[in-house]
Amino acid sequence: MFKRFLPLLLATLITLPALSGCGYNQIQENEEAVFAAWADVEATYQRRADLIPNLVEVVKAYAAHEKETLQAITEARAKVGQINLSAKDLADPNAIQNFQAAQGELSGALSRLLVVAENYPDLKANQNFLDLQHQLEGTENRINVARQRFNETVQVFNTSIRTFPNSLTNNWLLKLDRKEPFKAEAGAAVAPKVQF
Amino acid sequence: MAWLSKILPAVVALLLLPLPTVALDVPPATGYVVDRAGLLSPGTRLKLEQFLENFEKSDSTQLAVLTIPSLEDDALESYAIKVAETWGIGQKEKDNGALLLVAKAERKVRIEVGYGLEGRLTDLLAGRIIDYEITPRFKQGDFDGGILAGVASMAEAVRGEYQGTGRTGQKKEDNPWGILALLLFLGPGLMLLGGPSSHRRRGGFWIGGPPFGGSSSSGGGFGGFGGGGFGGGGSSGSW
Repeated sequence: MFKRFLPLLLATLITLPALSGCGYNQIQENEEAVFAAWADVEATYQRRADLIPNLVEVVKAYAAHEKETLQAITEARAKVGQINLSAKDLADPNAIQNFQAAQGELSGALSRLLVVAENYPDLKANQNFLDLQHQLEGTENRINVARQRFNETVQVFNTSIRTFPNSLTNNWLLKLDRKEPFKAEAGAAVAPKVQF
Repeated sequence: MAWLSKILPAVVALLLLPLPTVALDVPPATGYVVDRAGLLSPGTRLKLEQFLENFEKSDSTQLAVLTIPSLEDDALESYAIKVAETWGIGQKEKDNGALLLVAKAERKVRIEVGYGLEGRLTDLLAGRIIDYEITPRFKQGDFDGGILAGVASMAEAVRGEYQGTGRTGQKKEDNPWGILALLLFLGPGLMLLGGPSSHRRRGGFWIGGPPFGGSSSSGGGFGGFGGGGFGGGGSSGSW
């Protein structure tokens, strides 16, 4: 009886350390970290999208004839709502790029709206508007932080599937693709111009 | 052996060389209030320290204040979160910390809020505290009053969250009993196992450990931050 189990026992004793030593678990953990960081990114973007209808309402009350700007932002928000990335898409450069482009468009529309608001002293003094501005600023900052952390986890994950011996484990067993980090926003390096 | 002592400082210096090139480094957390820019009067600083220490004891929330002379071209937001994360303000797992950062040269203020406090000290509230409590006083040159009012409002805003689980109040009182119980149970076993040398080893148990009676809970003082996490919540302003 014991002799029948001995090989099994030996095999387990050998493979278990080997499995943890070859990075199998580590790769999984790193991928989970990427997913968690991505969830944060999505949550912060969602938070921004949720603020926009309120902002549009407040601005409308004071600057109803700024139709174009208001419409642009509403459209950009609708577009953002249509893009949904699943966990699988994180390895797809195009999917990430589309997501980033849509969010970038919304950022642009949003900053145009805030510039327009500068022309309306009543709006600027409105408590609701001030509050929304604080919330928007906070959200933008959260987005930055979440994106940065996502990129960090992506880097850790990508490194972990490319370095030896994890690379072998990944090629033979897991077959996970490298994940796509966020790229710096086009034009982000250029400071925006202020016109008076 | 003499040559070693000659070379050693040079080697150490070489090892340390690349460090100062980092943009703007985080000052060591010497207390709840680190006044690098010298904005606070000694009396106010002491009052704040006392207040924040008591606040941590009663609510377990950690609030910290840092003033710096200049940001040296760093972004306010990224520097604030760097400090908050490096110091680890707030209790681990609860993330109930917040930082009030003042950059003197740039005339900028930021309240950085830990994950656990975001529900109470929202971006909105942090913004209002900056707008109505801090910057109006700063504009008149009243840094003492501005920081005091800011910290007091932050404390009010977060009050109630995680109440009654003060780390300073609980953990340090618990600790001696935990070790005592451990010794009671394991002590005889250790002595048997260790043989003749067990006496010395048992003595070693107490080095650096908290003394009996837990004087730390009554005397107190700044015991370091807890390792809370931050996600970029909070608000910024300027005066």
